Parts: sequence; structure tokens; C-alpha cells
Amino acid sequence: MDEQTVRIIQNSAYLIASVLFIFGLKGLTHPRSAVRGNLMGSLAMLLAVVATLWAADIVNWQWIIVGLVLGSGIGAFLAMTVPMTGMPQMVGLFNGFGGAASFLVAGGELVMRIRTASAETVEAAATVGNDLSLQAIIAIAASGLIGALTLSGSLVAVAKLAEMKVTIGGKKYWASDSVLLPGRHLINGLTMVLAIVLCVALVKDPTASSWYWILVVVSAVLGVLVTIPIGGADMPVVIALLNSYSGLAACATGFVLSNNVLIIAGSLVGASGLILTSIMCKAMNRSLANVMFATLGPAEDGPSADEVYAGKIKATSAEEIAMVLDGVQRVVIVPGYGMAVSQAQHAVRDFANLLEGRGAEVEFAIHPVAGRMPGHMNVLLAEADIPYEKLLEMDEINPTLETVDVAIVLGANDVVNPVARTDPKSPIAGMPIIDVDKCRTVIVIKRSLSPGFAGIPNPLFALDNTLMFFNDGKKAFAELIAALKDA
Amino acid sequence: MGLELVTLLTIFVLAMIVGREVITKVPPTLHTPLMSGSNAISGITVVGALIAAGAGATWTSTILGFLALVFATVNVVGGFLVSHRMLMMFRKKG
Repeated sequence: MDEQTVRIIQNSAYLIASVLFIFGLKGLTHPRSAVRGNLMGSLAMLLAVVATLWAADIVNWQWIIVGLVLGSGIGAFLAMTVPMTGMPQMVGLFNGFGGAASFLVAGGELVMRIRTASAETVEAAATVGNDLSLQAIIAIAASGLIGALTLSGSLVAVAKLAEMKVTIGGKKYWASDSVLLPGRHLINGLTMVLAIVLCVALVKDPTASSWYWILVVVSAVLGVLVTIPIGGADMPVVIALLNSYSGLAACATGFVLSNNVLIIAGSLVGASGLILTSIMCKAMNRSLANVMFATLGPAEDGPSADEVYAGKIKATSAEEIAMVLDGVQRVVIVPGYGMAVSQAQHAVRDFANLLEGRGAEVEFAIHPVAGRMPGHMNVLLAEADIPYEKLLEMDEINPTLETVDVAIVLGANDVVNPVARTDPKSPIAGMPIIDVDKCRTVIVIKRSLSPGFAGIPNPLFALDNTLMFFNDGKKAFAELIAALKDA
Repeated sequence: MGLELVTLLTIFVLAMIVGREVITKVPPTLHTPLMSGSNAISGITVVGALIAAGAGATWTSTILGFLALVFATVNVVGGFLVSHRMLMMFRKKG
């Protein structure tokens, strides 16, 4: 077979793979077709790999086999052992790996092309222009920049999501705290400028591959600098944005290799991450720039916790809640990050089943930024066998909340804070919330009155129709189930 | 450069538009599996890694390609498998 026929067959296979990727993602538009969609995606990947290996002149089969076996082993191990509560860290880590693969491939290409370009054969000399073309070298610089930034930023995000901490001199430092360096905007700006200068230097002299590696290091530093100031509540935005970057890095590598399937698959991921990022920002009523560069300070003008709570908090017990739940028609549970922390999803399922057995209708209201990543709560509830029809979006459930007898807020705070509607000066002003304060009775399961990420008190807790059940999420539901059975 | 770049940019822009149209229809309940599935798809860099690791051009490019191959394969295998695990949970009582 001549060279051209091989290329035609290879690129036709890439075309089929691209179509399969698109239809695979389309499958994800409904839970019923989603498993098949995912399988289509994996088939597309297999096809792309086989077509590549078939068409390329592979001399190092041993490296390829070892790499594939090692990568598959690690990937399969992580995928099968990660608990559902650990999904945000897992996705964060994979975002980083995507970035790493992109800058490594671009670096490898640069090294190979410099060698070809410096080869003193007539044949090689003829291809120099092509190998280190302006397009290729700009794309290599872009892969290096985006890829390294994605890797280091993702590793910081993983440390924050996994609640890692270091103890220095007897004092504990949590990764999830915002780290605010003095003059950080200036430092970040200068680092960014330096990265761009290095890109230009590389484009001017593509044969000096050391510029590339300096660029990779500087971009990695930039990735750390832009991620460390971001606090826990904004993690869903950051993880979605890094997801997008990992796709765009693959895309840039596609421009290096002039490879269609890389560009198409990379763009799909890039678009997906950008859409999720924008959904998360809208759900917090903040712009992306605000999430990335501003910090949510404590509300200085707002009322203090004492003013809001004094004398108005009604603590309750499992027995009292069991009485409230006697004969109710409609119950809505609003889960937050606290449910993930206490691993309460299975106890919640048992509780919901018990209530449904008594004729009540139990639904779940899920705020888009509840948890640490988009869809985090849904996965936990699905793990506990709660059917997806019972998981309602904020916009779907809000108009019907007035007909709800009891709302149970489990480890959520800012996403049910009515201040978002009432106080235009509050840090969460205008953020869409789940209006549980409109339900007849609100039960809040929470360990203490400590504020949520926004650092402001929640007047919901002090309402006449609110009962506070101070407890750990999992234990609270176990006690509720026992109390219901006794009653 | 030139014509080829425009062709590649055409593919890029159209793919972004298709991606936007398809992904806005993914319901929030599947956003986590969407992200892990995206992780797997971004492992498409495996294509470039195979070439760099297998071509045997220089030691440096082989090592770089090999490392990229491991990272990309972790993403592909791990991403599709963990998505499958999650999606089966959604299907059980669907």
C-alpha cells in the first residue's frame, strides 16, 4: 500500500471516531442512553488508537506495550476503587493528566522536528520548512502553556478537594484555604507576561528547545499561582474550567500534529468544560473574572450572627421531627456538601423509603453548586439507588415549594440563604437559591450554627417555621429512622 | 501554514459549535459523568503519544512520548470506566 492510501484509510478511521465521539456525548443527554453513549466514546478511542498504530512506523513496540499496560492498569485501578465521594478529586487529577500528556507530546514533537531539521540530508532539508512551520511552533508553545498550567492548577485543586493539610511549626495549614499572596495580581500578571515572552522566544528560534522547557516551568508556576487563592465554595467552577483547559490543550496538540481527531475531540471537551463553567458561575450569580480574581471577603456591613440568631433558634430532637413528619404529604430534601462529608446518602435513602412507605411523596432539590463539582449530589444519590426522576433542579422545584409540608436541609447553607433575595449588599446577593423558607416547616440538619463558605449568618435558621437538628448527617438520619419506627 | 491552517481552524470552530449544541442538552444530573467522560475523551492525546513513543527518533522524544502515553492511557481507561460505573448507577432504577 502506498503512503497516500495509508493516510486516506487512517483519516477515514479518524472521521468515524470523531462521529462516534459526538454521538457518544449525545447519548449523555438522557440517563437511559448514557451507558451506550459512553461505550460509543470508548469504541471511538479504540478505533483512533488502532488506526494510529496501523499507519505509523512504530519501531519501539516495547515502549508502547509497556505504556499502554501501565496506563490501563493505573486507570482501571483508580476507576474501580474511587469512592463516589472522591469523584471531584478523581476528575481533578484526570484534568491534570490530560494537560500533562499534551505538553509532553508537544515537547516530544519539538525534539523530533529539531532533529529532522538539523539533519544534513537534502531530503530532510526540504522538509524543514514544513516540520518547524510557524503553525506548528505556535501550537507547540500553546500546548506547553495550557498543558503545564492545567497540570499544576489541577494538582493544587486536588489538594484542596482532598482537604490535604500540612503542619508547620505546630500550626495546621489546609490546602483548601485561600492563599492570598501580597501583590498577587502583579505577580500573576508578570508571570503571564513572562510566559508569553517565552512563547515569542520559542517562535523566533524554534531549534532552541530549552525555551520550551522554561516555558513549561513558568506555566506550571502560573497554574499554581492562579489556583491557590480560590476557596472551597468556588471549586466547582475551577474544576469545570480546568476540564475545559485539558480539552483545549489536546486541541493545541492537534494543531501541532495537524490531526483532525485530536482537534475535534479536544474541542468537544473544551466546549463541555466552558459550558459547565458558565452554568456554575450563573448559579452563584458571579462572573468568571470575579471567581478567579476577586475574593469573597466576610460581609463587614451585614448583621452579625448574634443579631440574627439570638433567642430565635429552636433546637429539636429526632422524636420531635418524627412527630412533625406524622401524616405529611410532601417532603423535600435539600442536600449539600455536608451530605458528602458525612456519607449520609444511604441513610437518606432508607429514610426516604420509610416515608414513602407511609404515603408521603419525597423529592430531592439540588442546587447546581451543591457539593464540590457539577452533579456531585446527583451521583451520590444515584449511588444510594435513588431514582433520577426524584432529583429535581432548582428551577423545577422552586415554584412548587409552597405546597411542601416539610423541607429537610442536609449540610447545605448558602444555597438556601434567603439573604440572597433580600439584601442587595450581601456577598451572595442575587445568587439563585432554593426557597425552602417558603415551605410550611423547615428542618435543618447541621452540626453547628457555623456559617457556610460565604461567611455570613443564615436568617433561615431563625425563622418561626425552622427547626434546627444539630447532628452529623448520617447519625441524624439513623436517629430519625429509629424515631419514626417507634412513633 | 496557509490553507492547511484554515482547514484545521474550520474543523476546530465547527467542532466547538457541535460540542456546545450537544452538551447544553446534557441534564445537570449527569454533569459528573459528563466530566469524567470528558477526561477520557481528552485522552485522545494518546494518538500523539503513540507516534512520539514509537517512532524511535531520539531518546528524549521516546521518553517524553512514553510518559505522555502513560498519562493519556490512565485518562482514557480510567475516565471511561469510572463513567461507566456511575452511569450504571443512574440506570439501575431509571
